[in-house]
Order: sequence, then structure tokens, then C-alpha cells
Amino acid sequence: MQDLEKDFQDRIDRGEVIEPRDWMPEKYRKTHIRQISQHAHSEIVGMLPEGNWLTRTPTLRRKVALLAKVQDEAGHGLYLYSAAETLGISRDELFEQLNAGKAKYSSIFNYPTLSWADIGIIGWLVDGAAIINQVMLTRTSYGPYARAMVKICKEESFHQRQGFEIMMTLCNGTAVQKQMAQDSLNRWWWPSLMMFGPPDAESTHTEQSMKWKIKLKTNDELRQQMVDVTVEQAKVLGLTMPDPDIKWNEERGHYDFGEIDWEEFWQVVKGYGPCNKERLAARNKAWDEGAWVREAAVAYAEKQAAKRTQAIAV
Amino acid sequence: MKKEWPIWEVFIRTKNGLEHRHIGSLHAADSTMAIENARDVYTRRQEGVSIWVVESINISASNPSNSDSLFDPAIDKAYRHPTFYKLPEGVKHI
Ligand SMILES: [Fe+2]
Ligand SMILES: [Fe+2]
Repeated sequence: MQDLEKDFQDRIDRGEVIEPRDWMPEKYRKTHIRQISQHAHSEIVGMLPEGNWLTRTPTLRRKVALLAKVQDEAGHGLYLYSAAETLGISRDELFEQLNAGKAKYSSIFNYPTLSWADIGIIGWLVDGAAIINQVMLTRTSYGPYARAMVKICKEESFHQRQGFEIMMTLCNGTAVQKQMAQDSLNRWWWPSLMMFGPPDAESTHTEQSMKWKIKLKTNDELRQQMVDVTVEQAKVLGLTMPDPDIKWNEERGHYDFGEIDWEEFWQVVKGYGPCNKERLAARNKAWDEGAWVREAAVAYAEKQAAKRTQAIAV
Repeated sequence: MKKEWPIWEVFIRTKNGLEHRHIGSLHAADSTMAIENARDVYTRRQEGVSIWVVESINISASNPSNSDSLFDPAIDKAYRHPTFYKLPEGVKHI
């Protein structure tokens, strides 16, 4: 047992990729099931806040773009569920964990989309943060997860651009539109920094995850990356970052930024965010009301298969 | 009644002249649905001109823990590679 684990660690250290049927420590398997399924759930639940505006986009151009984006997110969820299933858990189990409220998903999706600017902000900041995380994960040690990330990253950049374009349009619009954009940034900035997870000092999984190359950068490193790129982009938009402590630090070569309200983060993670109940209810409704479709498809497939065997017998 | 749709492996030919390559998997009740779902999941940006689907349970795979014995017959056969053969300087087009 000891030897197997050492061999496994050696493989990781050599930069080898782990594939589904390779030997792996039980904890590596479990950690991956947890992380990949949380990621999948985030893609799926993430469709809900954006879906809220699908019927109310200001133009047809925005509507086709948003529809395509939301459809991509469904695809991302599917790639990731498939990757999780290679570790020996079924799709139905994964859905059941989500629907029962036992599985986590990114806490950002528990915030409401109150204005059209929020759709711009989601593309710009939420997809932006997701991209930073996902680019790192293309080099993660588990093959199916890494491959899913490559496909996802190819599709993400349009998501962020369409969001930035929405923000740009609002910022170049009337004073009211610009204010709408600013208000949206004020509400979403801090939650999007929380997307990278708790600070390294408090993150329970970081050390082992780094050792197994599940993660290649720490939460705080990724968060810093987000701050650095976003501050510059906000300048282009002419928006004010809702953090008076943001200041260029020559010595570090990074922007300093203010204290994150981790209490809020933990509240949302524990289920007390503004939309946790609504999101879970929507997923459960979709699952329950889709039951007859799933069952009818199976019944039809079985009937067709029976007909074929009969035809062969004759 | 509760029955999960089976898993299908999806192979896509990205353009004519290339082979079908494994791209991922999905769930579907039958092969027709598997192809339609593969179209929606894996070719939203014209990534394919042809799709194969096969139910995962029909795939037999080699066992990674037997990889050594399975593949080691090829290890000591350097003479199967062109670099094994010495050529004098100046010989071209070979
Ligand atoms: Fe996504
Ligand atoms: Fe996205």
C-alpha cells in the first residue's frame, strides 16, 4: 500500500497524467469526484442567473449571444459530469447530491441578477474569474478533468468578451446606463473575488491539492491575478473599483486590495445567500418535471430494441 | 421506474481526410439520441463532419496494471526505427 502511494506520488512529480483505470489513492479519487462535480454543478446552476434575462435582452444580437453562452455552460456541465463519472460515480448520484443540497457549487451563483448590467458583469467578472481558474486546471494531473478544461477554455473567451462588450456599451451610454454598470460592479466585485475560495491560510485542501497537482496555484495567487487584470480593464470602462484600498504596489508588482468579508462568503456557502433556496428549487423542479421525458425515452428505446430483435428472429 | 440512460462514447471526424477521434462521452436512451446529443454537445462550432457513437459497455480496454507485459515486447526493437540504420554522410533522399 505504502509503495503504491509512493509510486503514485512519483508519477505526479514526474508530471505524468493519471487516467481513469490507473491505480490512485482513494483520497485522490474522492477529492476529484468532489471537485469536478462541484465544478459541474457550478456550470449548471450558473445558467440560472443568466437565464433570468434571456427573454428580456435589449436587442436580438444580445439575445443570440446570451443564448449561445448559456448553452455553452450546459455543455461545460456535461463535459465535467462525464469526467467525474470516470471515477466511478453515476450521473444520477451527482444530480441527487446537488438536488438534495448536499453538494456545493460556486457561491457566486447565489446572487441575483437585478439589472441587465449584471449580465455584462457576469460575463466580464464571473467568466473572467472562471477562466483564470480553468486555464490553470488545463494542466491538472487527472487526464479527463484536464481535457474537459481544454475544451471549456476554448469556449470561455467569447463569454467574457460578450460581457465586456455589454459593459462597454453601457459605459458609453447615458448617465443612467453608466450608473447601472457602476452599481452592478459594486455589487458583484467582492463576490467574484470570493470565487477563488478562502484565503490560503484557512484553506484546508490547498496543501494536498498542490501536492497532487489538482491545483497548480493557490487561491490567493489566483485572486491576485484577478485583481491585477480587472483593475486595468475597469480603467478602460471608466468605472470605479468599489474598494478604496486598491493601490499599485511597486515593490510587489501587484495591486494591493482591501479586506474581503469572509463572513459573507461562509454565510452564502452554508446556504444563506440571497438566492440559495431559489436555485435549488429551480434545479429540483427541472429534475422532477423532466422525469417523464427520461422515462419515456427509455421505454421507447426498449421497444425499438425489442422490435429489432424480433425482426432478426423472423 | 428509475433507469439511468446508458453512457455512449463519442468519436468525431473534424474534417474529411482525418480519422474519427474520441472526444468524450454522454448519456442517451438510444443511438439516435446519442448522435443528436453529440451534435449539440461537441459540435456547436462546426468541430465535426461525422459522428460515431458506441455504448461504453461495448468497449473492451487493456488493463493499465498489465501495461508492462503488454507493451514491453516493443521496447528492445530499435531496428524498427529508421534511426537504427547508419548511412554514410552525403546520402540524400533516404
Ligand atoms: Fe463555463
Ligand atoms: Fe462561461
